[in-house]
Amino acid sequence: MGQFVLRRSLYALVTLFILSLTIFTVVRLTGDPVTLLAEPGARAEDLDRIRVEWGLDRSWPIQYLTFAKNVFTGELGKSFNYEMPVSTLYFQRLPNSLELALAATLISFIIGIPAGLISAVKVNSAWDNVGKVIALFGLAVPGFWLGLVLILIFSVWLGWLPTSGQGGWRNLIMPAVALGWYFAASLLRLSRSSMLEVLRSEYIKLARLKGLPGYVVIAKHAFKNALIPVLTLAGINLVVMLNAAVIIEVIFAWPGIGRLLYEGIFQRDFPLVQGIVMEAGIMVVLVNLTIDILYAYIDPRIRLTK
Amino acid sequence: MAALLRVADLQTHYVSFGGSRVVKAVDGVSFTLDDGETLGIVGESGCGKTTTCLSIVGLLPPGARIVGGRIDFAGEDIAQYSPRQMRRVRGAQIAMILQDPMVSLNPLFSIRTQVGEPAFYHRGVRGRSLRARVGELLRSVRIPSPAMRMREYPHQMSGGMRQRIVGAIALAGVPKLIIADEPTTNLDVTIQAQYLDLLKDLQQDTGVAVIFVTHNLGIVARMCDKLAVMYAGKIVEAGSVRDLFNAPKHPYTKALIGSMPKLGNKDPLFAIPGQPPDLARLPTGCAFHPRCPEALPCCAAEEPDEVRIAASWTARCWRAEPLPQEHAKEAHAAPAGS
Amino acid sequence: MAFVTGQTSAVLLGTSPPSAEGDRRRWLKLARGLPVLPLAILIPFVLIALFANAIAPYDPTDPIPGAKIFEPPFWVMGSNPHALLGTDFQSRDILSRLIFGARVSLIVGVTGTLVAGSIGTTLGILAGYLGGWVDQVIMRLTDAWLALPALVFAIFLATMVGPSMWNIVIILGLVYWTRYARVIRGEVLTLREREFVKLAEIAGASSHRVILRHILPNVVNSAMVLASLTIGVVIIAEASLSFLGVGVPPPEPAWGSMLSDGRSMLMVGDWWLTIFPGLCIMLVVLATQLMGDWLRIRLDPQLRNL
Repeated sequence: MGQFVLRRSLYALVTLFILSLTIFTVVRLTGDPVTLLAEPGARAEDLDRIRVEWGLDRSWPIQYLTFAKNVFTGELGKSFNYEMPVSTLYFQRLPNSLELALAATLISFIIGIPAGLISAVKVNSAWDNVGKVIALFGLAVPGFWLGLVLILIFSVWLGWLPTSGQGGWRNLIMPAVALGWYFAASLLRLSRSSMLEVLRSEYIKLARLKGLPGYVVIAKHAFKNALIPVLTLAGINLVVMLNAAVIIEVIFAWPGIGRLLYEGIFQRDFPLVQGIVMEAGIMVVLVNLTIDILYAYIDPRIRLTK
Repeated sequence: MAALLRVADLQTHYVSFGGSRVVKAVDGVSFTLDDGETLGIVGESGCGKTTTCLSIVGLLPPGARIVGGRIDFAGEDIAQYSPRQMRRVRGAQIAMILQDPMVSLNPLFSIRTQVGEPAFYHRGVRGRSLRARVGELLRSVRIPSPAMRMREYPHQMSGGMRQRIVGAIALAGVPKLIIADEPTTNLDVTIQAQYLDLLKDLQQDTGVAVIFVTHNLGIVARMCDKLAVMYAGKIVEAGSVRDLFNAPKHPYTKALIGSMPKLGNKDPLFAIPGQPPDLARLPTGCAFHPRCPEALPCCAAEEPDEVRIAASWTARCWRAEPLPQEHAKEAHAAPAGS
Repeated sequence: MAFVTGQTSAVLLGTSPPSAEGDRRRWLKLARGLPVLPLAILIPFVLIALFANAIAPYDPTDPIPGAKIFEPPFWVMGSNPHALLGTDFQSRDILSRLIFGARVSLIVGVTGTLVAGSIGTTLGILAGYLGGWVDQVIMRLTDAWLALPALVFAIFLATMVGPSMWNIVIILGLVYWTRYARVIRGEVLTLREREFVKLAEIAGASSHRVILRHILPNVVNSAMVLASLTIGVVIIAEASLSFLGVGVPPPEPAWGSMLSDGRSMLMVGDWWLTIFPGLCIMLVVLATQLMGDWLRIRLDPQLRNL
């Protein structure tokens, strides 16, 4: 397992390198980093200070190294509008986004996985058809549109739920559903196909040959095996959710990093935008790495090899 | 003596495309098996041997159904059993060894868990006695250091060892019958002989009856008392191993025996020309006639009846004739293959 | 179970190269079981997009003379008989905007997918066929790219380069190529071992010739299936970008920006600005998904597990 972890960590590092390099390059190709990083109306001394801080008067490789160093020490510049370091802002708002993401993930798991597993066990039945329809619509309906429709139905027409803002579970449920919708559909599809494949395997046949009761064959032998690929999806999920979260947070005025990014764009707050994109990328890479390691721990095939 | 297993005129069909396509995978198969006997079922791929076994244990794939005949096991017709009743038979009374050890075991559970399950669910063995029982079983299949091995996982073992685990699983429920479906086909040649010896010893120690499904006659010669040769869903010849090897009556059997290389024999190897038939589109008359070197005009027209050559010897061929001294015994005809 | 007919076993053995005759037969079979639903949706949309100028009752960027803002669709009281589906915040005709929006979405969707597909397929072929360090580099790049949140990146890029329809196309192409690379590489790896490729290599054909004549035609199927499955994602991405204001810029009508326009009036119940554009997005994406599924099953059994 050690070798596995090492390799994955190495990949993570490479990814971080590529991420930072890309952001670095894009900024330099599309504009002048000095003016971007400086507030509108900055004076000459400010510009010089920025040049030094970010190494912008040196050659590109040195600039990159400075950039990388800054990023990894959490020094992402100061937001124009909030007058705060970007990293402070980011970590301040992060818990809110996490709350939303967790709620959304929970909802998707609760809806998606059992539905998928049942569809597989009762393949081609009425259950299965309902499941297939849900999966299809989950992928076709854009999450943010669902959010708007939910607001329309539950806030405007029925008046049951508040339209926006953070608060109790009433505020959480609609954005969480809108955010988790796509993932629930993916989970359904994946657990269904994974379960179907497992049910066709030889070891399930052997389990049946042992005369084990049906629920044991499914719940014990099939379930755990079917869930392995689903776990992998969980890692990708974070990425997908982050994408959708930007818009969902905007629609529901949820004070998370997605909404922060949007504000940054609208207010031309470049350090904020660059900082968030960078941090978000780092976070995703680290979370994926953690999930990989978890996965290695659960699957004895990986845990018990070198 | 009442036979342990008596299959009478078993018919299992695969139905697909909404009933428009029927494949008669097993078409009127009959044989019996006594306690402690070993029956070999031989045939090419697709002849119905595996389907016969799956019919016996009640685990046919979707689309397949037993449409006729009886399977009398220990006195009861298990072909009529409900799934729940069959579950109590499987693993406890009838066990099965599958072909590919690399995929037969669940990768996520320890050996101890997997071997212990039949004992746990069928015999109610628990806790420490369960662990002891697993150790016993592992020892009986000659796995060294069982206490250590039982904590391991399948991927940590070689193919040969895994197949022994599969054997241990089969024994765990103390069955009366073990069906082995090509258990050595996926093993290294060097390991095959070891495994066969193991099976033979186990059989002698426990007195379990064995049905050995294979396409390899050499294995049959070594392991089996009786032999049934299948072709296109029917048994074309059945009898003792000695009789069939010495003087086979059916041209297919002759061809199979003839295609076995024999040491010291310089005659050219005889291969059977042609391909096994498509079971959805069988030729008229005897299914083997297109490939048969001894075919007669009547073979293409009508399916041959089963001819009783001796007390325990039958063949489905127009050319087959009962042995002289058995003519008188025809009056006491019993179901085929007994 | 070995109930395999003659022709199927020849295919399974994989010894014959896909011939022109075999292809023709396959296309004929394809035509027999055409998927009615997706085509029933897609064809009208495509026609609408193509003939927008002729079909739309009004100019999408000019207000309807004499109309008020936020007029409801024709079946609601107080509506304007000239605007069938209502008007927006600048008194422009929603229906016309939807029609021209179809053009935008479809063009961006198709060309964006083309760009992503070309990049991804090329990299996939190179990685699969050339192997060695080329493969390693491309694979690491793909992994890294996949780990980054696509939409967030697209937002970042769009913010940096400024919004315009063609910028969006390129950005989306740059962000979504990874799926292609992975799958195509897998295909090429198997293809490389097939006899007809080896024969060509032995006969002395240069790598570049082998790729063009033998590998490329055989990965086209997979690429097409992937493309049809990806178009939906690209369309939603474009809608998301437009919604956030960094996509197709106004006054050009885009379904995403229409959704954004309508948001403020959602609270007072003016639902038509939100429902109609979203419905269009959903229908088109649904249709492409179904189309993709159908293609996948028909064209390439190996992709059934995608």
